[in-house]
Amino acid sequence: MIPAPKRALPPPLLSVNGVSRSYGKQLGCQDISFSVRPGEVLGIVGESGSGKSTLLACISGRLQPDTGSLVYDMKDRGPVDILALSEPERRRLARSEWGIVHQNPRDGLRMDFTAGGNVGERPMAIGARHYGNIRSEAQNWLEKVEIDLSRTDDKPKTFSGGMQQRLQIARNLVTRPRLVFMDEPTGGLDVSVQARLLDLLRGLVRELGIAAIIVTHDLAVVRLLADRLMVMQRGRVIEEGLTDQVLDDPHHPYTQLLVSSVLQA
Amino acid sequence: MSTNSNNEQSGHNEGYNFAYLDEQTKRMIRRSLLKALSIPGYQVPFGSREMPLPYGWGTGGIQVTASVIGPKDRLKVIDQGADDTTNAVSIRRFFQMVADVATTEKVLEASIIQTRHRIPETPLNEGQIIVYQVPTPDPLSKIDPRESETRKMHAYAEYGVMQLTLYEDIARFGHIAKTYDYPVLVNGRHLMSPSPIPKFDNPKMQDNPAIQLYGAGREKRIYAIPPYTTVKSLDFDDHPFSMQSWSGCCSLCGSTTSYLDEVITDDSGGRIFVCSDTDYCNDRQAQLLCDEHSEVQT
Repeated sequence: MIPAPKRALPPPLLSVNGVSRSYGKQLGCQDISFSVRPGEVLGIVGESGSGKSTLLACISGRLQPDTGSLVYDMKDRGPVDILALSEPERRRLARSEWGIVHQNPRDGLRMDFTAGGNVGERPMAIGARHYGNIRSEAQNWLEKVEIDLSRTDDKPKTFSGGMQQRLQIARNLVTRPRLVFMDEPTGGLDVSVQARLLDLLRGLVRELGIAAIIVTHDLAVVRLLADRLMVMQRGRVIEEGLTDQVLDDPHHPYTQLLVSSVLQA
Repeated sequence: MSTNSNNEQSGHNEGYNFAYLDEQTKRMIRRSLLKALSIPGYQVPFGSREMPLPYGWGTGGIQVTASVIGPKDRLKVIDQGADDTTNAVSIRRFFQMVADVATTEKVLEASIIQTRHRIPETPLNEGQIIVYQVPTPDPLSKIDPRESETRKMHAYAEYGVMQLTLYEDIARFGHIAKTYDYPVLVNGRHLMSPSPIPKFDNPKMQDNPAIQLYGAGREKRIYAIPPYTTVKSLDFDDHPFSMQSWSGCCSLCGSTTSYLDEVITDDSGGRIFVCSDTDYCNDRQAQLLCDEHSEVQT
């Protein structure tokens, strides 16, 4: 057998080094380091209060970590320290190269604007000024997330929870971000809707080659979507590795507990 | 303006300082005005004072006028284009009482024009000041109620969301349905609410030789457009900015180029359209009369 030629790994898109954040005496997350490469999906699991959301807020630039550094490989500037960027630069980065899918669609959507407008906002924010193009792009994305085009001019408050979540995903992906942060993307949805959403997400992430960091407590979600997995407990990463490896052969007692507490259907 | 500090020896009410506000307040407002003029379209916070009329009646505009007016100025006040409506009459009388300044209804004679809802049809000149009364200074406040956020959006020129409101209009009505308070970009930088003037008047702000000052009393903001500044109304490439137009003409003066008000004349649906700018309309009527006379004579 001919050995496959060694391919140089692409440089990491985001590297996180020693990030800690505490709320007074209350610990948020402590000394967390990892990196995400382009096109890779990283899952972060752990129980409630384990610091997942704090970590996500820190690395997505919404919360200032106490210590640590975040280096992101920008499209036009190469690797930059995100914490050293000025606020306008960070906000521009967040709306052009990143996407954030919130657990509650109401946090990520403009509920008083139509579905088409919600999807069209990001293109307009980065300078699109042609109504026809913005609208066709928005409808293109509504189709991709399986929202009927007759609902283009309806407001998201008339949508079901699953539709709102899909709309939020379309709104984030329309500008083709390179990195998407997702906080419990399937939280609050019933199981059949969850399955369809996951299917859709998996297809989109693979098709567009987007890197994603998914925070969840649902092991099924990471099993389906994530390439690699980090398990958190009390603000620390206690185990990490390839998803199947961690889930099928957990080493840390807490991970074993987590895996064994999932009901097998 | 240095002569304002003490009451002039004139017949106005001696109980008040010249132009009602005390000198320190005027000074504070003038500082805000200077800052506003140096950053066109930027909303400068100022310590708005209690005025002897309710918020929403032009307290911001009155404070700005009081700070820039001097004894030699000639004031014109318009409300909805007219010089004889309640608000215009009472504000004009207010300044006659507390500042004893000359007033006029003619645009070209006025050195300061305080306005609500209109920019006069007659083009303004260098050296004139037009003061707008503003109810809601921040066009972004309807999109994001958090001022901490809208201030950042202004600071970083993140104005894509404003476009979203226009998008929604086209999606719903097929055209940009906003007809007044139509958002503009000043000097290519700051998004600004032009106060509730009809969008018909928006092009008049562009490269205007007069100084344009905006005062919002309740919201405590002042902003300004210096003379000859670019003022662009927001639009889409395929839905360009357009003004209102009328099929008829003014029933009194026959103008086809001015902003027309619809006036109901009887209970059976009769109506006419007349110029909203009364000074402009009167001038044209007088001119028409003159022309008729000269024709009769020749």
